[in-house]
Amino acid sequence: MTQALGYLKETASQTAGPYVHIGLIPHMAGFDIFQNNFGNVLVGAQTKGEHIVIEGRVLDGTGTPVRDALLEIWQANAAGRYNHPADRQNKPLDDGFRGWGRTGAEFDTGLYRFETVKPGKVPGRDGRMMAPHINFWVVARGINIGLSTRMYFADEAEANTADPILNAIEQEVRRGTLVAQRSSRGGKTVYTFDIVLQGDNETVFFDI
Amino acid sequence: MNIQRQDFRREGDAPAEPFIPARNPLEFFQRDRDMHPPAYAPIYKTSVNRSPRKALLSLEQSLSEVTGPVFGHNDIGILDNDLIKNYAKTGDPIGERIIVHGQVLDECRRPVPHTLVEFWQANAAGRYRHKKDTYLAPIDPNFGGCGRTLTDENGYYFFRTVKPGPYPWRNYVNSWRPAHIHFSLFGSGFAQRLITQMYFEGDPLIKICPIVHTIPDEEAINRLVAPLDINAAVPHDCLTYRFDIVLRGRRSTLFENRLEGN
Repeated sequence: MTQALGYLKETASQTAGPYVHIGLIPHMAGFDIFQNNFGNVLVGAQTKGEHIVIEGRVLDGTGTPVRDALLEIWQANAAGRYNHPADRQNKPLDDGFRGWGRTGAEFDTGLYRFETVKPGKVPGRDGRMMAPHINFWVVARGINIGLSTRMYFADEAEANTADPILNAIEQEVRRGTLVAQRSSRGGKTVYTFDIVLQGDNETVFFDI
Repeated sequence: MNIQRQDFRREGDAPAEPFIPARNPLEFFQRDRDMHPPAYAPIYKTSVNRSPRKALLSLEQSLSEVTGPVFGHNDIGILDNDLIKNYAKTGDPIGERIIVHGQVLDECRRPVPHTLVEFWQANAAGRYRHKKDTYLAPIDPNFGGCGRTLTDENGYYFFRTVKPGPYPWRNYVNSWRPAHIHFSLFGSGFAQRLITQMYFEGDPLIKICPIVHTIPDEEAINRLVAPLDINAAVPHDCLTYRFDIVLRGRRSTLFENRLEGN
């Protein structure tokens, strides 16, 4: 026998199920209950930085849109600072910009959408700058433990080439699964980011 | 005796620094995936086409993972933790009145204070107020089925609701979910994000539920089963169940605590 270390074990994950919308985005489940809903618009008119739209679909192993997926994003502000006490960089916070959003895929099309700003660069573990990116977390019926990934920006080719996380993906051909394409629609900048759960073009997911 | 300490530093080297066991004190312990359900769990049929099959990329944590959204009392309303009252239209919902309470801790047994806890469930008949739920059991006009709260400074949370009913679902022809409440947790960093389900002591459906048994570890399953906490019941009013939740631990607990509120 040895001494006991005494750590607790993390509570096991369970699927968010088909009715996750009730708990986390009830307005999308079809009813109104909370005064304040968490939503997919992270910005106000005054939020600093380039305002962008992110949209895409979550696709299963047959290429079918996952129309009951729930997605969350977490990101730094335009200056490259997270709104969290552990981020002690000497960069400005942007009042009212939490940097977090949540939405569900549309039940008929499977499309999801966020309105936010393009984040600035944040240092990685060794102090080298990471390319601008947005952290994604995806749950749904049939997903047993939340999936973590990142979205990078196609127009940041130089920064992406130097990014320590993209470079940690051994198969170069898979790096593109994390890069959103930029386009313009109705005067807005739109990044398209599909997340593929399974198959040849499976998105790179992280064990973080 | 005069002991001369040898100094191996050369001219121009940085001055000596004390040894610190962790250079990234904010990072979380590696997740023990052996006690979480695998992505691909064919007894739960929907996971077959929705499970990544390539290896996850192990990521050493950066600021992007050790930080996460911060919530405050402005985010929630006063009835948000009372599912008996937060959708009541003509009276209270039908069902066994219960309180669910517990503590959110990390793997180092440290309370997780001021963190957002969200929960959702079926009504007492096993029906969700959701446009995609077509089970023949009735909607309760007085029950929404969702709520949320913040843990206090010691990591405690509580809410009031009615006990959810079991319900059938399309997996095998005759599959039934045990009564359960879904929980969503944040912790202090996005790497702690967790969704799970709480079950009720004594429910015979737990042992035959495919979703429960996506979890490969029997002890991990037992930790999702809330016992009746009769001492915390409110006489002539509510029974109480206790459900403690453990999020990933942080290396900072190995030595000095450097992050306020961490």
